[in-house]
Amino acid sequence: MVHQYKLGGYNIVLDINSGSVHSVDDVAYDMIALYPEYPREKIIADLLGKYRGRPDVNEAELRECYSDIQSLIDAKKLYSPDEFEELAALPGPRPGTVKALCLHVAHTCNLGCEYCFAGQGRYRGEREVMSFETGRAAIDFLVEHSGRRRNLEVDFFGGEPLMCWETVKRIVAYARGRERECGKNFRFTLTTNGLLIDDEVIEFCNREMHNVVLSLDGRREVNDRFRRTLSGQGSYDIILPKFKRFVKARGDRSYYIRGTYTHLNTDFTEDILHMADLGFDQLSMEPVVCPPSEPYALTEDDLPVLLEQYERLASIMLERKRQGRGFTFYHYIIDIEHGPCVHKRISGCGSGTEYLAVTPSGELYPCHQFVGHPQFRLGSLGEGLTNTELQARFGSCNIYTRPECRECWARFYCAGGCAANAYHATGRIDGIYEYGCRLLKKRIECAVMLKVAEYEDENMG
Amino acid sequence: MKRIKTVNLKESALLGGCGECQTSCVANQTCEQ
Repeated sequence: MVHQYKLGGYNIVLDINSGSVHSVDDVAYDMIALYPEYPREKIIADLLGKYRGRPDVNEAELRECYSDIQSLIDAKKLYSPDEFEELAALPGPRPGTVKALCLHVAHTCNLGCEYCFAGQGRYRGEREVMSFETGRAAIDFLVEHSGRRRNLEVDFFGGEPLMCWETVKRIVAYARGRERECGKNFRFTLTTNGLLIDDEVIEFCNREMHNVVLSLDGRREVNDRFRRTLSGQGSYDIILPKFKRFVKARGDRSYYIRGTYTHLNTDFTEDILHMADLGFDQLSMEPVVCPPSEPYALTEDDLPVLLEQYERLASIMLERKRQGRGFTFYHYIIDIEHGPCVHKRISGCGSGTEYLAVTPSGELYPCHQFVGHPQFRLGSLGEGLTNTELQARFGSCNIYTRPECRECWARFYCAGGCAANAYHATGRIDGIYEYGCRLLKKRIECAVMLKVAEYEDENMG
Repeated sequence: MKRIKTVNLKESALLGGCGECQTSCVANQTCEQ
């Protein structure tokens, strides 16, 4: 399978099954598209007609181009076959291994964001915070279920995790104490709205947290539309100085300023640029997850606007990079040289199998987005993983069990999408959130275009 | 003239699957090997 598109002045050809990326001229672009359908002589005759008058297009040149295409096909870098389906039928390399936990240390929040998928942090339940004893049990559970895996991940999540800060610190200290005896390496992350950030939080996080995610929606009026304190005050002016201090102190360690866009700011590129102009250079902006009945839900009419926004963002990022003032957008990071292996590309994020969410009371769910939906309870820290049938259903979700993914050019970049999004859109964890697919495909096209531009810039002349 | 410039998944099927990479929550992930 091949996917061809034109973007940013580049003609791009993706060979889906090998992962190859080709940057081609107009003639090769047309010839590659015609190759599977027509014999060589017809293709050459047609292109001689189409490019009549172009001095660089003659029969000898076209035959050379055709030969180059055949060489790429012979090398399995173009129109290569999909030989990976049998891998999907195999159990993972270490079935039953858990490698990452999303620790819901606080089912409570000091903001009242109307669009919050977690219902202002309560996940349809009562306000609750995690005890140190539960956190310790979660670390023990992760170590015991991690097999030979060395790198383990724990994300402190909520609600607002800084409302349970002393427990967070104790859990980190406990895990660090177990690292050496177990031969494990814990990578901690923290997602926060920023209200409770102070110098002590900054110092601790910059020492212990592999990554921090700082929530800000962009421009003041956009951020303060939803992200308000419980008394109704906008949070922008409270959190911005804290985020600036945090990021400055963080040095070269990883962070993301992470926003949510909705139907009310479909011009979200302006919000990303606002963040960049504030001096932040690691940015993420996500489409809102909510029922379609909400007034801020993204609509079908929004889609062309959003796709254009992603293209505009890519164009501006390229321009700024060439000016020496580039920034990173999470979804445009694409590691085509050292990206994930095909095993991971088939199976995706690992929710419900190697990635689990833990509630404040120690219940286990497939991921943070299923918490609060009792039918997705997998067990608890005390009783272990008891709903093995549900876990097996999550384990069998892959790009070959979704008919739409089997025929999709983006399958090895997206890995089948988000089970929670699919469930909310279709009622099935192995369904397809088609709206999200269209956004993701555009983001991948933009991300690959930026890599092609980087390659072309490095190889000019 | 050179009309095609090329910027391996099959190799990764043989070498990959160690599970040491970061949980995405995949294109923007990096392999630990």
